Amino acid sequence: MTGESAIRRSLRSTAWLCWVVCAAALSLTALAQADAGGSPDSNADTGATTAPADDGLKNFTFGYVGWDDDPRYSDARVDQQFQGEPWGRPLAGAQVALDESKFPGIAAGVKFALEEQLVANTDAALAAIRDMQSQGVHFVLLDLPAGTVARVSSEFDSSDITFFNVAASDDRLRGAYCNADLLHTIPSDAMRNDALAQYLVSRQWSKVLVLRGPQSADAEITRSFERSAKRFGLQIVATRDYILGNNPREREKNNPKLLTSGLDYDVVYIADSEGEFSRAANMAVQHPRPVVGDAGLVAEAWHWSWNKHGARQLNNRVERKADRHMTGYDWAAWVAVKAIVAGVQRTESTDYATLRDYILSDEIDLDGFKGFRMAFRDFNGQLGQPMLLTTGNWVAAVAPLEGFLDPQNYLNTLGKDARESACKASFGDAS
Amino acid sequence: MRSHKTRFLSSAALLLLAASPAVMAAGTGNLFVSSEEDDVVTVFDGKTLEQVGQIKTEERPRWLAFSPDHKKIYVAAGDGDAIDVIDVAKMEVTDRIPDIDDPEIFAIGAQGKRLYISNEDDAKFTVYDLASKTVVSQIDVGQEPEGVLATPDGKTAYVTSEVANMVHRINLESNEIEANIVVGNRPRRFALAEDGKHLWVTNELSGSVSIIDTDTNKVADTIKFEPKGFRAEDVTPVGITLAKDGKHAFVTLGRANHVAFVNTETHEVEDYVLVGARAWGVAVSNDGSQLYITNGLSDDMSIVDIAKKKQLRSIPAGRRPHSVVVDTEAGS
Repeated sequence: MTGESAIRRSLRSTAWLCWVVCAAALSLTALAQADAGGSPDSNADTGATTAPADDGLKNFTFGYVGWDDDPRYSDARVDQQFQGEPWGRPLAGAQVALDESKFPGIAAGVKFALEEQLVANTDAALAAIRDMQSQGVHFVLLDLPAGTVARVSSEFDSSDITFFNVAASDDRLRGAYCNADLLHTIPSDAMRNDALAQYLVSRQWSKVLVLRGPQSADAEITRSFERSAKRFGLQIVATRDYILGNNPREREKNNPKLLTSGLDYDVVYIADSEGEFSRAANMAVQHPRPVVGDAGLVAEAWHWSWNKHGARQLNNRVERKADRHMTGYDWAAWVAVKAIVAGVQRTESTDYATLRDYILSDEIDLDGFKGFRMAFRDFNGQLGQPMLLTTGNWVAAVAPLEGFLDPQNYLNTLGKDARESACKASFGDAS
Repeated sequence: MRSHKTRFLSSAALLLLAASPAVMAAGTGNLFVSSEEDDVVTVFDGKTLEQVGQIKTEERPRWLAFSPDHKKIYVAAGDGDAIDVIDVAKMEVTDRIPDIDDPEIFAIGAQGKRLYISNEDDAKFTVYDLASKTVVSQIDVGQEPEGVLATPDGKTAYVTSEVANMVHRINLESNEIEANIVVGNRPRRFALAEDGKHLWVTNELSGSVSIIDTDTNKVADTIKFEPKGFRAEDVTPVGITLAKDGKHAFVTLGRANHVAFVNTETHEVEDYVLVGARAWGVAVSNDGSQLYITNGLSDDMSIVDIAKKKQLRSIPAGRRPHSVVVDTEAGS
């Protein structure tokens, strides 16, 4: 329906911030640490230098790249604790995963470490990653907007580096803009929406009024929800566009009560990548109906109130590390590190190709503290996982919900399956 | 959460409390069941299975273990940050070891002089001396340490790390880790089989048991549990104990609601017996004929006939029953 360049343009515009392009202002933090090496494999063609640490362990370093001035992490924004948003950098999750990996590391003769690079723009991100690469880093967490993730992953290839997307839920990164070097531990919009759709179907809340925000990301989320509604048999009774503001001349578009008047529905779905409108709209719609989507009931990778399958202890560790609750973004960073550590532990190797093969194989049996064994999907690089349906201070349900079945794996009921996928990249012979 | 309400019971108060009915002799033959959400240990008559008492403990009682002379039961109270000491005859808590951070599981040393405790939140293994009431040593272990086993010779302890997927072997003379043994995912609890040559450990998330050769510190065999009609995710082995004759191991399968009967010689799974919801705790009756299994999500305890391989009945056992232990019978 649109040309590729148009998709790319809109991808770029879904970035959640405007950053100042100013190469001179790059604040690459302590990039040249002499001992911040990567794989201890001496055959690595990158010529990784891995000076043994004092304790005789070789360093195995993960990379993390994020914006140094990311508005999602401004004090004011973080204080608001919007549902479904990060409440601090997911570095906390990665660091807890490193703590958990101390003994597996000792057993494998390595010390796992994290090199954090906060950059000002895409060019700086590329430079930082190249520098990490030259030091033998093979696994890099990207805490970046969808457009930047697409750009970065297109500049590298999977023979030497694998990225973990820990922040961008845009379906197109798993579709037309997928890349063999790009894996996703943060759930896609399709997974979030499928989880919600399952819940609505299980409650027989089948008539949905959709409110759509003004951002291009909101349009993407809405498209994604339309697909989920169709997949699970929900009826979208209307889609209405809202705008933020108090201008009385535009009240038909900015007032939750008016926006939700004059028609019948069971539930209001709000596509709101910014969070402000949906937060205010919850409990403020015309009819006594619940709000779901980006406020009210929200599908997330993790929640601080989740307390099964060892979750309580993990939540405690992140709280002690970061002095705040754990979010789905922390979980995404945590599980990315855990996947590689599991590879080191189970293959007894630190060789990049061996580890990559392992994490993309069926053999991997990843424990995400969510009660399902998880693996990366071999057709688009997405980590299949349960979704938590959260209310703000509780997990109301876990998807896949009972009764939503798949002949291979119930987790396949969340997100696009192989037939539906537009991804053409090859993720190795992991089948 | 740290010990904000660990309070010592004064011995005077305890004497008053203890001035209650029938003071029984040791060797009661009773069953003791901890229930996490009631903060009690419930006592059942081992023969009639009638409830004969309830013992109030600190918050969230979980693991239970007898002292070697069976006069005391130690109770790990996770949210109470304490280990309570029950006088078996009096059916009362008569002592309390405070300031033990979030104890989950522990083992008692061969001489009954020391407790070896896993501290789940702190990733520590604590060596506690009962006579001097002091912490002798704390060792860093992998995150979420859980099952603890002390060998009968008193020289070695094993502790699992649920998150590091390992068993740490600890030398109890030096109190140092002497081996890290990689096992399956989320290792939970132990049984020591075949004269101490094989250490069995349940892997909750791999749905298996790893059998460690205690000479080589390597996994010698792995037993996978695949009861029919359950998703792999729901097969979550946790509890394990051996038959009196040592010929079988009984492994509770958590959310798969079954107990597996495993031949300890061939390592074959011979049977799966249906029990209650989220079966964890398991103990064998004194005569070796029955299993007692605590079902955390159906709030009951299953009584299983070992020869018939069948659940005989189930009895209510408090909210979220965790562990069950069996006292010896009088004269035994």
